[in-house]
Amino acid sequence: MNGEQSALAEHTVEHKPTYGIYILVWLVLMTLTGVTVAVAGINFGNITIATALTIAVIKSYLVLTFFMHLKTETATFKIFVAVALLFLLISISLLFSDYSFL
Amino acid sequence: MSTIAEHTVDHVHRDDEGSRLGMWLFLFTELVLFGGMFLVYAVYRFTYPQEFHLAAKELNTSVGALNTIILLTSSLTIVLSIVAIRKKNKSLSVFFQIVTMILAVGFLVNKYFEWNIKIHHGIFPGSEILLGKANGEIIFFGLYYVMTGLHALHVMIGVLLIEVMTGYTIKGRINETNYVRLESAGLYWHLVDLIWIFLFPLFYLIT
Repeated sequence: MNGEQSALAEHTVEHKPTYGIYILVWLVLMTLTGVTVAVAGINFGNITIATALTIAVIKSYLVLTFFMHLKTETATFKIFVAVALLFLLISISLLFSDYSFL
Repeated sequence: MSTIAEHTVDHVHRDDEGSRLGMWLFLFTELVLFGGMFLVYAVYRFTYPQEFHLAAKELNTSVGALNTIILLTSSLTIVLSIVAIRKKNKSLSVFFQIVTMILAVGFLVNKYFEWNIKIHHGIFPGSEILLGKANGEIIFFGLYYVMTGLHALHVMIGVLLIEVMTGYTIKGRINETNYVRLESAGLYWHLVDLIWIFLFPLFYLIT
């Protein structure tokens, strides 16, 4: 309950919408896109995939947190998203336990 | 409980938080839809690493990068349209929504030319040239057409959705106190962007 209340407080505090933060996030996303394209040119072997996916995960985190407003949503939303992603992660790990690629 | 009461105090029959939560639940089904395809991609990528490498080289990285920039920017403009409507700036909100739709159409035009070139080179599902290639390459292009095709379908649906929202905004049904529809359309649009964030490196960059 406590967590929910503090999340609510945050929600009301940040109720003033501003353009700046989104433009900043967009600039970071653009930079990360540039980095991922530049890095793809260099062949790191297996690390290449890891690098590309790590950057994609960072970009997704930014989109979810800021553009999709998870930052200002209540705890319910964050838990829902976390559970959904957890189940996707379970599917991926079960798959990789079946196919050993390394 | 207190959150719901507070949100609906001046309009009894509306629950914006519930509406957004419903939209998120729908987005989770989309996550499973695309997630399954990404799993198929993962299995075949590791089964045929060499052939995926060869096939991915045939895709145009610049077109993919340009489409990434277009989609990320359209994600920005749709979120700015929500800020604008909350600031009671209706015309600016409509402007940002129209820019989002123009960018989305630009994405589709790029995709059209990209597919067109591939099809002219005889690379499409079931073509003789493609069937003459190795198994891994056939699977790569199969996945490429299905995944980018399904994604493009989502872009089209997104454009229609935003178009309806623009109509609502002009009529005043979406306004500074009631903009949850625009928020939900925005969430859908961001999901389309999120999927592309993974499609782009997996098909165009990892070569």
